Amino acid sequence: MLIFVNSTSTSILLFLISVLGIFLNQKNILIMLMSLEMMFLSISFNLIFTSIYLDDVTGQIFSLLILTVAAAESSIGLAILVIYYRIRNVITVELMHLMKG
Amino acid sequence: MYLLILLLPLLGSIFSGFFGRFLGHKGSSIISLACVFLSMLMSFIAFYEVGIMGLNQYITLSPWIEVGILKISWSFLFDSLTVTMLLVITIISSLVHLYSLEYMQEDPHLPRFLSFLEIFTFFMLVLVTADNLVQMFVGWEGVGLASYLLINFWFTRLAANQSAIKALVVNRIGDFGLSLGILTIFYIFQSVDYSIIFSLSPLFNNYYLNFGGIYIYGLTLIGIFLFIGAVGKSAQLGLHTWLPDAMEGPTPVSALIHAATMVTAGVFLLIRFSPLIEFSSTVLNILVIFGSLTAFFAGMSGIFQNDLKRVIAYSTCSQLGYMVFACGISCYNVSIFHLANHAFFKALLFLSAGSVIHALANEQDMRRMGSLIKFLPLTYSLMLIGSLALVGFPFLTGFYSKDFILELTQITLNNNLQDEHGSFACWLGNLSVFFTAFYSFRLIYLTFINSVNITRNNVLKSHEPSLIMLIPLIILGLGSIFFGYLGKDLFIGLGTDFWKSSIMILPTSSYYIEAEWLSVNLKWLPFVLSTLGVMLATGISTLKTHTYLYNNFYRSLCFLVNKKWYWDILYNRFLVYPILNFGYSVSFKNLDRGFIELIGPYGLSKLVPTWAQVFSKLQTGQLSHYLFFIVLGVCLFLMTIFNQVQLLIFYSVLVFFI
Repeated sequence: MLIFVNSTSTSILLFLISVLGIFLNQKNILIMLMSLEMMFLSISFNLIFTSIYLDDVTGQIFSLLILTVAAAESSIGLAILVIYYRIRNVITVELMHLMKG
Repeated sequence: MYLLILLLPLLGSIFSGFFGRFLGHKGSSIISLACVFLSMLMSFIAFYEVGIMGLNQYITLSPWIEVGILKISWSFLFDSLTVTMLLVITIISSLVHLYSLEYMQEDPHLPRFLSFLEIFTFFMLVLVTADNLVQMFVGWEGVGLASYLLINFWFTRLAANQSAIKALVVNRIGDFGLSLGILTIFYIFQSVDYSIIFSLSPLFNNYYLNFGGIYIYGLTLIGIFLFIGAVGKSAQLGLHTWLPDAMEGPTPVSALIHAATMVTAGVFLLIRFSPLIEFSSTVLNILVIFGSLTAFFAGMSGIFQNDLKRVIAYSTCSQLGYMVFACGISCYNVSIFHLANHAFFKALLFLSAGSVIHALANEQDMRRMGSLIKFLPLTYSLMLIGSLALVGFPFLTGFYSKDFILELTQITLNNNLQDEHGSFACWLGNLSVFFTAFYSFRLIYLTFINSVNITRNNVLKSHEPSLIMLIPLIILGLGSIFFGYLGKDLFIGLGTDFWKSSIMILPTSSYYIEAEWLSVNLKWLPFVLSTLGVMLATGISTLKTHTYLYNNFYRSLCFLVNKKWYWDILYNRFLVYPILNFGYSVSFKNLDRGFIELIGPYGLSKLVPTWAQVFSKLQTGQLSHYLFFIVLGVCLFLMTIFNQVQLLIFYSVLVFFI
């Protein structure tokens, strides 16, 4: 029981830290992408713990899938970032407000 | 025949109104005169059959409204009260028709005038002959409408328009009271037929309405509502302001409306409802108080009026006060007798005043008259007859009714019962006798006897009216002399059975026998007071006392009384203007065009773009802001989906943390 609570708390803590990382960071978009990766990791961490706790393999399959998706997504994201940098010559998050309402 | 009495004035009105342009002055005069005279003849027959022979008539024409238990039909009731009113209305109306043929001869709209006079007569007849309240209300409102049309006859004059609107609106206040009364009657008695209401009213002697926890005596409530109606129509104190202003109409109109017909409708209503208000001593006390105050106030206001017609208008108002407090001391038959007598001598006074005005090229100010006795001797003698009848000179008409009313009030003051509510009426009534005598003879002196103040042209052109105007005057003069004596035994004689069931007086409040054995001094009192009034008027007018009287106090008193005790000004300042102001600034500017518009289309159309701008400002373009809204939205969504306490705490911690 103690293990379950600890592991859940750890994964949620990781998740919240990554959310904070996105929020508090106004400068660098790379950090945002890294926080995003950390979110994925915390979620798959949580899934793995849950699957061990429930003795069910589905969670581990899901976490493998998520790893794949995360890899694909980070590659696409980095590609977008590169294109963006090529156009604007800057990757500061604060300056990305061309789509203002 | 009974229906023809009503139908003929309507036909005459339709003919002279719609076809007046084809008939011309002469044709419409002949038709309307024939209609109204035939109606008068038939109402004589009706008076003989119903009043003297005692054959009450009920005529039901057709059903009008039938909804559930509410059954109203067009039906007519001719009992003693109705035929008395019929007689008064048709006689005065036909004489006024005849009179106005010459008086209005040079007016281009004579057919219209005759049509209005006749529609007025028709509505008045509907009012008195109805046998249910709703049909009576038709006549009541119709009379108000016709009075508007008649006062406003010279519609190009601003003053006529204003006073017609005033008459209609002030009457409408009373009409509102009356309609509330009708609704209350229907609520209590479940019927609006006179016969049902009157036969049931003794059984409702202990009926109390529960109105929001307060218990109100049902008959008192009805009586008060009916009295409010009568206040408006009969120009009692409070709503009397329309009557003197209504003098803007032509003089025959004043004679018809303000002497015989319209203002008597309120008194007629009270007398008609005698079986109902007799059971409520509260209503009777209110009648006494308001009636005697009206008599006193109007008598007082009349004494320093300078307009010939206004003096007579105030005397009408005063005499209506007499009729109302006579109802208040439960002497309904004396009240209706006074009404009939008053119709004769007041029509005489108005028509004589009209003849003076006619002779002097429409000059109405008494200060610019004088010594007309030389030029208009016949008019003078007729007006003297009218004034003497009005002040209750012995053995003229007014004596038999007015002095009897005062004797009856003396009984209420001097009886050995503990019931002294009439003493108020006694004092004020006797005082107003004095005022009545004073202003009547002030009028006579200023108009006919004092030295002349007219321009030379007008004096030279002044002439006695021709026979068409004189015949009604003479007939009314004869009526003013003889009607009281002839009608006395029939209407108010001791133990007369003329009224039968149309008037009900409780035995406990009947004072007739006591009044016959009143002490002689008290019986002489009104005569002494009126003689004093006449002597005072004579003294002021003939003895050159003006130099002594014109001090500051006298002048300010004159001014106060002449301005009718500032009733109109006070009404305007504290009632009319605030209400108008309220209507403009509060209900129009703040409510209609303000508040309701603000929460309605105008406010919404302003609100939507503003809020749309605010919402579009939310999209700042900053990624972290978007993320914040996404997380916030997810949190709210989860909170609504998994609405459990732990989750709530968890997410609120989360939100706080963020």
